[in-house]
Amino acid sequence: MPAAIRLVQGFLASIGAAVLGLCQTTGSLTLFALDGVSHVLRPPWYPMEFARQLLRIGYFSLPVVGLTALFTGGALALQIYAGGARFNAESVVPSIVAIGMVRELGPVLGGLMVAGRVSASIAAELGTMRVTEQIDALWTLSTNPMKYLVAPRLLAATLAMPALAFVGDVIGIMGGFAVGVARLDFNPAVYIDTTWRFLETGDITSGLIKAAVFGFIIALMGCYQGYRSGRGAQGVGRATTNAVVSASILILASNYILTEALFPA
Amino acid sequence: MIALSGVAKAFGSKRVLAGVDLSVARGESLVIIGGSGTGKSVTLKCVLGLIVPDAGRILVDGQDAVAARGRAREAMLDKFGMLFQGGALFDSMLVWENVAFRLLRGQNRLGRAEARETAIEKLKRVGLTAETADLFPAELSGGMQKRVGLARAIATTPEIIFFDEPTTGLDPIMADVINDLIREIVVEMGATAMTITHDMTSVRKIADRVAMLHEGVIQWAGPVGEIDTTENPYVHQFVNGLPDGPIAAVR
Repeated sequence: MPAAIRLVQGFLASIGAAVLGLCQTTGSLTLFALDGVSHVLRPPWYPMEFARQLLRIGYFSLPVVGLTALFTGGALALQIYAGGARFNAESVVPSIVAIGMVRELGPVLGGLMVAGRVSASIAAELGTMRVTEQIDALWTLSTNPMKYLVAPRLLAATLAMPALAFVGDVIGIMGGFAVGVARLDFNPAVYIDTTWRFLETGDITSGLIKAAVFGFIIALMGCYQGYRSGRGAQGVGRATTNAVVSASILILASNYILTEALFPA
Repeated sequence: MIALSGVAKAFGSKRVLAGVDLSVARGESLVIIGGSGTGKSVTLKCVLGLIVPDAGRILVDGQDAVAARGRAREAMLDKFGMLFQGGALFDSMLVWENVAFRLLRGQNRLGRAEARETAIEKLKRVGLTAETADLFPAELSGGMQKRVGLARAIATTPEIIFFDEPTTGLDPIMADVINDLIREIVVEMGATAMTITHDMTSVRKIADRVAMLHEGVIQWAGPVGEIDTTENPYVHQFVNGLPDGPIAAVR
């Protein structure tokens, strides 16, 4: 009998430990995010650091986001054509490609690609700085690392991601257009006209709002994991993996919540 | 200048500091000795506020170092310079930008040209040529990185300088050079210094006073001249590197 009780106790304790761990992580992530945001809002600011991060997160992510959007737009056109053909609705291809890219695929796929690129690099950089005591050194040089390292990255990613998503939207629609005209025999003028006619401002702004949130998540997870990185190469490696995985999952989860909020059924 | 009383810190179930009492007078050079993992670095980091102690008080110039937050803390840290064990140079910046880091930021910031000039002057003080100023830290040898770290620590002429294992990883000749430099600079700036090391040559070169940390408490503290004559068994074993004594050697 005692053995059975101990088994049940152990089982319950492991569930409890997992729940406590989750609560603890959520709490410390929330505090970290609030601290980071408070430093974005309060001086002193480091404009050079911000500019450098804007270049790194925004500009250098353009090829990745552009290629993702181009191929997605093309594939989307083919899929919708094939699906639409079943009920003689091939003509919806341009508008559905546009709406699908702008509202959903542009920000989400772009966000996931940037998460892989930027979250990982931020986590690796900050993790290495943590391991080699560079973050401690910043403190001793009277510079708050939350302000100097975290705040510029949060702000840069939150501002760069909508711009990237917008470029992705345009390139994605172009990809759809190219496939539509070259493979599916659409008239170019009609394709462009249909795209424009059915696209609403709300579609575009909602996608850009999503992208801003994703940008914040990307930088936040990179910074959080890197800043709290464990010791040694293994610690930095784990921080990098955790950053990409957690950023990706949070992007997908928040995408659903944002879609519910922006387009209530 | 610096006074610790009853400072305790545990990481999980591992008790690292169990009530450290220590004081450093203005202009004095104190060296903390002790084996690896006895909490020497944790002690320094508690004073700097990088680690928050579980209990105890730390006063720097009469100010509570643990409670200081925000601006008050930055003002307190302005008094400090620190040389890290691995140098902790910012590898995305040039050597001179590392040295001038503090000069380029904060309330009394200098222009870039002026800051660069000061940085080169400090680099020369630690025996580096002006050409090293435009290299990246990764292009330097370990000894040179230590020197750059030293130049960065003294760039704003701080009142208090901390040295974390300044000679670890250096060859004996370079270690001697760094020891001499530390001694010279501390004397010439009139700074208060706190060094942690387990290198006895270093201790004899730079210490005015020595404190022995073991099992989370200060086992002994006294003038450097007394380390060879003290009857304290911990100090005796450590200084002479004996395998038998109160400090258990793990083989």
